[in-house]
Amino acid sequence: MYVYDEYDQKIVDERVAQFRDQTRRFLDGDLSEAEFLPLRLQNGLYVQRLAPMLRVAVPYGLMSSRQLRKIAQLSRDYDKGYVHISTRQNIQFNWPELAEVPELLAELASVQMHAIQTSGNCIRNTTTDQYAGVAVDELEDPRPWCEIIRQWSTLHPEFAFLPRKFKIAVCGSEEDRAAIYAHDIGLELVTGENGDTAFRVLVGGGLGRTPVIGTEICARLQSRHLLTYLEAILRVYNQHGRRDNKYKARIKILVKAMGADAFREAVAQEWSRIKDGPGTLTGAEIERARSFFTAPEYREIDAAGADSELQARSAADPLFANWLKRNTVAHRVPGYQIVNVSLKATGFAPGDISDSQLELVADLAEQYSFGELRTTHQQNLVLADVEQGQLYSLWQQLQAAGLATPNIGYLTDMICCPGGDFCSLANAKSIPVAEAIQARFDDMDYVYDLGPLDLNISGCMNACGHHHIGHIGILGVDKKGQEFFQVSLGGNQGKDASIGKILGPSFRQEDMPDVMEKLLSTFVKLREGEETFIDTYRRVGIEPFKEYVYG
Amino acid sequence: MARLIRNGAIVEDHGPEVLDLEQWLAAKDRGSRAVVLEPGESLAPLIEHIEEIPLVLVNFPTFMDGRGFSYGRELRERGYSGELRAVGHFMRDQLTYLSRCGFNAFQFEDESQLEAALESLADFSEYYQASVDQPLPLFRRRAADN
Repeated sequence: MYVYDEYDQKIVDERVAQFRDQTRRFLDGDLSEAEFLPLRLQNGLYVQRLAPMLRVAVPYGLMSSRQLRKIAQLSRDYDKGYVHISTRQNIQFNWPELAEVPELLAELASVQMHAIQTSGNCIRNTTTDQYAGVAVDELEDPRPWCEIIRQWSTLHPEFAFLPRKFKIAVCGSEEDRAAIYAHDIGLELVTGENGDTAFRVLVGGGLGRTPVIGTEICARLQSRHLLTYLEAILRVYNQHGRRDNKYKARIKILVKAMGADAFREAVAQEWSRIKDGPGTLTGAEIERARSFFTAPEYREIDAAGADSELQARSAADPLFANWLKRNTVAHRVPGYQIVNVSLKATGFAPGDISDSQLELVADLAEQYSFGELRTTHQQNLVLADVEQGQLYSLWQQLQAAGLATPNIGYLTDMICCPGGDFCSLANAKSIPVAEAIQARFDDMDYVYDLGPLDLNISGCMNACGHHHIGHIGILGVDKKGQEFFQVSLGGNQGKDASIGKILGPSFRQEDMPDVMEKLLSTFVKLREGEETFIDTYRRVGIEPFKEYVYG
Repeated sequence: MARLIRNGAIVEDHGPEVLDLEQWLAAKDRGSRAVVLEPGESLAPLIEHIEEIPLVLVNFPTFMDGRGFSYGRELRERGYSGELRAVGHFMRDQLTYLSRCGFNAFQFEDESQLEAALESLADFSEYYQASVDQPLPLFRRRAADN
């Protein structure tokens, strides 16, 4: 993974010192609430219902065991002993004291971490595929490019006060696991004309109040032009994005208003002035970035032997066999496997993890996966490089800690924002809905029979729970002071991304498990063969679901 | 007489009369008049006369409106070398960003802030990006180190 040099460390340290001074001035009354707001937001600090929430950046979801242990310690020292994995692959503390945040940031800086630009109207943490570097279907590892983008976007002087937040995602594989169509900028690694690296550039995707699928504005951008081209896009957005209405301020609204062709032309004009300038990436810099993401020292493994051992273990222990099938994924290197650590156990808020679980995962990452782990936008963790011969003992330890719920990709592996229990933006509490649905669908055979199913829940239209791109999406809404939930169907992430359609009038919280049951039994009735929910939906449309739920 | 920060020091301003963009473009004696830019205005007509402008003021109606940052970058990239002054409701915490976008003068509404604001100019000593005061991005300087 990327390791700071003295430059990176200096920048992060100076940011900590700056924020320490800003916090002191705020607490002394020298800085108004309104002035402090963008400053603290650009350092990941929200003021929430009960306490501030601090969002720590996990660049493209990659962490070391050492960093994870630090998070565990900080969660004990400054918080209540647990943290939350967000849908931007970041880590959130829920209860720090404002006055202590500068110290917390200084401790993070000691392990090369920070909270820079995890909130506010600026360029946020760049996200990518949680299986980057190890996926079977990968064309090229996206992480060096994510790191190049991280450095370019960190404390960028021109783009810290944009009309609205700005999110970039990069995908380097056949299947899009980074939801690039739902981002302000989506970058897809493709092969350029001479077989070199190029980017397909999408703009204007996004969720929120007005969900939009991104539009291609460049089919093949040569990789050395990446940063100048991004700069040109951001400059057009910074100058022309709306600032009069925060719900119309995202780049998607600008792209729609201008039209994709006019937007592309405006970017081309800006770009013509900086193209081939000093911002152009050098071969040496691209190689430097790549040098941090080389393959670890994989052992030569007798793949056939490992496989037959795994078969035998599976035959002897059906629980293990089931976990192996549901929570692990093929690795590009024979004899290795990718392991998902599920943070979706029934009875726990989706994406939450305790200090002792964090420390355990840090140990397991060191023991089994070269001391690295990843966070996912589905709010789980990944150990990416596990030898197949060690899967059984890894599983036993995860199982004992409640981290082996075999549900990755299924109904109960739902995405869920913190909602009204924590977040002051929320219209409704999303966690109780998630828990009620998990409790209702506790028959795993039924859940498996439903096949892969994305259930995404957001407590408000800001859509942190990505409800628009869930096969089933649930959105908390406020109706005259009462919490209601609106259901949408047919959303999808991936290269055939789609935005869900609203089913109809919203439901009360206590009715949600019944509503889910009706939706799912309609699906089971209509399903042909092994069809997935999204396939059936795309074949039959929303009407039969509507009829059954409201009929 | 207004006090402001110019080139890292607090000075008294004896600047020329300030006109808005439309007035400035129409003025016969514009070579001795300053022009103030408001967010949303197009720079294009000004760029044609870039050699004639003695002083550009960029107004920040609120510190959340970041359009002025791009004005700074663009004016400098197009060759404007005179004084570029931020006016209006920007904050001292934005000074490093502003100066990296090419601003070299800062006129606060509240002049009592000037001394404290000077300190903020030194918040950062290192940056990743190229900027007006550092034309090479860090990756090119890193490469030169080795």
